[in-house]
This record gives sequence, structure tokens and C-alpha cells, in this order.
Amino acid sequence: MRLALTAATVLVLWGVAVPSSLQAQGGAAPAPALAARDSAPIDLTGYWVSYVTENWRYRMVTPPKGEYRRIPVTPAAVPIINAWDPAADARAGNQCKSYGTGNIMSVPGRLHITWQDADTLRIDTDAGTQTRLLRFRLREGSAGQASARAAAPGARTWQGESTANWERAAGGGSLRVTTSNLRAGYLRKNGVPYSERATVSENFDLAPLPDGGQLLLITTTVEDPVYLRAPYVVSPHFKKEPDGSKWDPTPCSSTW
Amino acid sequence: MLIDLVARRAAFALLMVALGAATASAQFDPGGSWAPLATEDVQNDSLPVDYLGLALTDEGRTRALAYDESQKSMIERQCQGWGAAYMVLGPFGLRMSSQVDPVTRGIVSYTIDPWEDWNGMTIWMDGRAHPSENALHTQAGFSTGRWEGGALAVHTTHMKAGFIRKTGVPLTDQATLDWRFFRHGDVLTVLLVARDPVYLAEPEIISKGFRLSQAPLDFRDPCVTGFQPKEPGDSVPHYPPDKNPFIDEFMKFYGLPREAVMGERETLYPEYRKTIKDSYVQPPPCVNSCGAAGNFVRR
Repeated sequence: MRLALTAATVLVLWGVAVPSSLQAQGGAAPAPALAARDSAPIDLTGYWVSYVTENWRYRMVTPPKGEYRRIPVTPAAVPIINAWDPAADARAGNQCKSYGTGNIMSVPGRLHITWQDADTLRIDTDAGTQTRLLRFRLREGSAGQASARAAAPGARTWQGESTANWERAAGGGSLRVTTSNLRAGYLRKNGVPYSERATVSENFDLAPLPDGGQLLLITTTVEDPVYLRAPYVVSPHFKKEPDGSKWDPTPCSSTW
Repeated sequence: MLIDLVARRAAFALLMVALGAATASAQFDPGGSWAPLATEDVQNDSLPVDYLGLALTDEGRTRALAYDESQKSMIERQCQGWGAAYMVLGPFGLRMSSQVDPVTRGIVSYTIDPWEDWNGMTIWMDGRAHPSENALHTQAGFSTGRWEGGALAVHTTHMKAGFIRKTGVPLTDQATLDWRFFRHGDVLTVLLVARDPVYLAEPEIISKGFRLSQAPLDFRDPCVTGFQPKEPGDSVPHYPPDKNPFIDEFMKFYGLPREAVMGERETLYPEYRKTIKDSYVQPPPCVNSCGAAGNFVRR
């Protein structure tokens, strides 16, 4: 009897310890059965507003042409920066170049975060009226799994293709998002470029505000072998709003 | 009997693995050297009368406009240093270490080493309470920490009256700071929420990124006073009300709206952009010091 109890304890502990160890090592553990929505360690849904206390001069107004201070650009980027022509961008239908994933979270505006389905988090922005879809790893047997396996990368878009996963911690966690397959865009409104080879990694974290509100911090790392000589890291933050009463969709603008 | 013993030991070993995994996911070791990424800007270009990105009260703005940076040339103020908030406002990295109880081996505190003009910080992790409000106030203040959702959460009180910008934006000794240290891979993001019941109309929120450095950061240069044409006992340099000669300099240099440069609360929210869309004139193309991280314009 005692042996049976001990053996049962071993099996229970094996169930607790081994899957997390395998996941930590990036092993071939099966995806969790729970949907990303149902296993979310933090709740990111709702309306969020930019609180622009950093890089104000680069975000709230269009900075001077030719200025790229604090962005570690390569020499190849400088002629492009100096040739920035917003009117030409508009004529070519590229007025959304500064609203791509490389910069969109830094554009002052509001986010509306919802679950599009059980494994896809959706972010709508009122600035530029953009939509990001953050797709979690598909579960074994879920409806989209077979088609996702067969699908080839789609056409490049401003928001690219984003994969997401939860990074769990005791009492909370973080959302990790990696985005590629982007259209070439701008890191700032005044034409500091990133190429279509750029990748964007983000962590979405929550923090309480002392007055009872909530803050969303998005640590964003842009890496680009063409136009950046080092990763460009920014961390825009947002305050949670009670509802969407201030939601105000506006189209992309190449000048403002 | 032997099988029972083996099973018990296996159970104990797995219990240790499970507990270890839980601990590892609950927190991280902030120890080491963290190099500044310097890709975000809150000091803008170190020009005076730059209060962009702040929500100041009228009292805070008036006091800031009285500030003359020549104060820092007074011999008794040269090594005064900046307050705790300068950790994320200044250009330096962080060198952090932990102190361990010799008996329990538990973490008693984390220490962030001082640099030339910043006084360092001790974060007490042993559950001690903050002292009486009448206790000694210092530049670094008194900080306690705990782990929350994978982040190190720190609360700082008991700071001397000081500044939240090098442009002279003041904080009272009633100000408090709340920090979150998030680690993702080799990037450490430090989030600061500063409150002041007198000078800030809304909390000031700053985040700064650091990258783990393989080489230890070297902060061995202490501040050393040097003679400047100010003698101890001279009056503290300042500007009387409405007499700050630099009030328009930063604003004109970049063609910025006055209310934004003066730290009006509404300028921190996106709807403010609509009010200046038709009046804002983009400055002429940049010709000097246009690029490179940390490349400040000098007057």
C-alpha cells in the first residue's frame, strides 16, 4: 500500500515537473490543450490610450527631415532618410509606411484589444485604422491546424505575420510576440526606414498604477540587417480606459 | 524495501525539480551589468526649459522656471548628484548585485551601484517596513521590493526634495516612486511611475531599456569638486518670476507648441495632436547632429 502511494506520488510529480521542464528547453512537448484565451495569465483586452512621456518630439509631431537621433541606423539608411518625400509616398499609396508593426505601437492613439478567436488576439488601432492579428501556436486537433501547416507565407503587409505565446510566471506573466513578413516601413514619421527583412519582437507586460489604474508596457525590439546596425528597442506605454468612448479612427497620413 | 526507498528518493527529486521550476519562472536574477540602450529620450536635447512629456502643476512649472543650471557650479552642489529617478533619466547603465542572509541564504537586498552623479539604490527584499515619515530623507530614498507576476516591484519613499529632469523640474520630499523591473531575454526594461502631490498633475511614467553586458560596467570615477567662480555662501543662482531668459529657446529651436514645452497635462494624450495639426510647422531639415544614439545638441 505504502509503495503504491509513493509510486502514485512519483507519477503526479512527474506530471507537474516534466512538461514545464521540456517546454523550458524548447523540447517537443505537445501544445497545451487549453486555448490561448482560456489559459491567458494576464488580461490584455480592452481599450488603451498612449501616454506620451517619452520621445514626445519624435511621436507627437513630425520631426525635422533628416533627423534620426537615437536610432542606430546603418550608412545605407542615411540617403533614404535624407530623401524622404511624404508627398511621393502618398502618391504611391504608401501613406501607411509609419504605421507598420515596426512603429505602430509608438504612434499616439488608442488600442482596442480583443480575442478574434480562442487562439488569436486582435489589436485594432484608431491611429491609421490598422489591425494586428497575434496568432498563438495552434493546438493539436484545432480547426485551423491543418490549413496553417499547408499555408505558404502570404504577401507582405504593414502588420506582417505575428506569432504569440504566453511567458508564464507565478501570479502573472507576459505576452511574447514575434513578427516578420513585413512591408518595408518607417520607424519614425520622418522617413527613418526599416526593410522588409526586419523582424519585430515584443513583450506585453502589465503593471498597476498607484491610483488603481492599469498600465500596458510594450517592450519592442526591431532588428533589421539592412538599415539597423544594432537592435532598436523602445517601450511605449498605455493607460487602460474604461470604455471606447474616445475611440476615434483616423486614416494613415504620410505627413502627420 | 529497496524499491520503496528508490521510489521515495525519486519522489523527493521530482519535488525538488517541480519547486525549482516554479521558483525559476517566478523571478529572475537581476545581478550583473546592464548597458543602457539609450534609444528613448526624456531629456530631449538637454536644452533648458524643456518640460515635454510632463504633466506639471502651476507650482511645479513656476518652480522649474526659476531653476538656473549654474546652481550646479556651486562647490557645495557640484557633487550633490541627482535623485533616485535619475536611474532611468540619466545616460548610465546599471550594475546590480544581491546580498544574502548568511544563515538563511535568502535574498536580503539588491544593490544598484552609484555612478558619477547618481547615488545608487538599495532595494530591501526582506519584508521590512518603510520608516516613519519623519525619518531621514536622502537622495536615494528608501526602497523595498517584492516579486509580482515575474517582475521585480519596488516602492521608493524618503527622498530629499530634488528634480525629475535635469532642466530643473522639481520633486518635493513627499514624492514617491514605483518601479517595475521586467526581464525578457537579455533586455531589462525598467518602468518608473513617479508621483508628487505638489508639483506633478499626473504621474510621470518613464521606461528605459538595458541590455545584459558581458563586460562589467566600470563606475570608478567619483565626483570631485573643482573651483568655479562661485564661493560658498554666494546666493544660489536662480531666475526671478518671468525672467528666465531661455523660456523660448527650446520651443523656437524645434517649432514646438508652448503648452507642450511647458508641461501641460493634455499634451500627453493623442487627442492633443488634433489641436495642433493645422498650426504645427515642421522645422527645416536637420543639418547638424542629426543622428547617433545619445548624440545631444550642445548649446
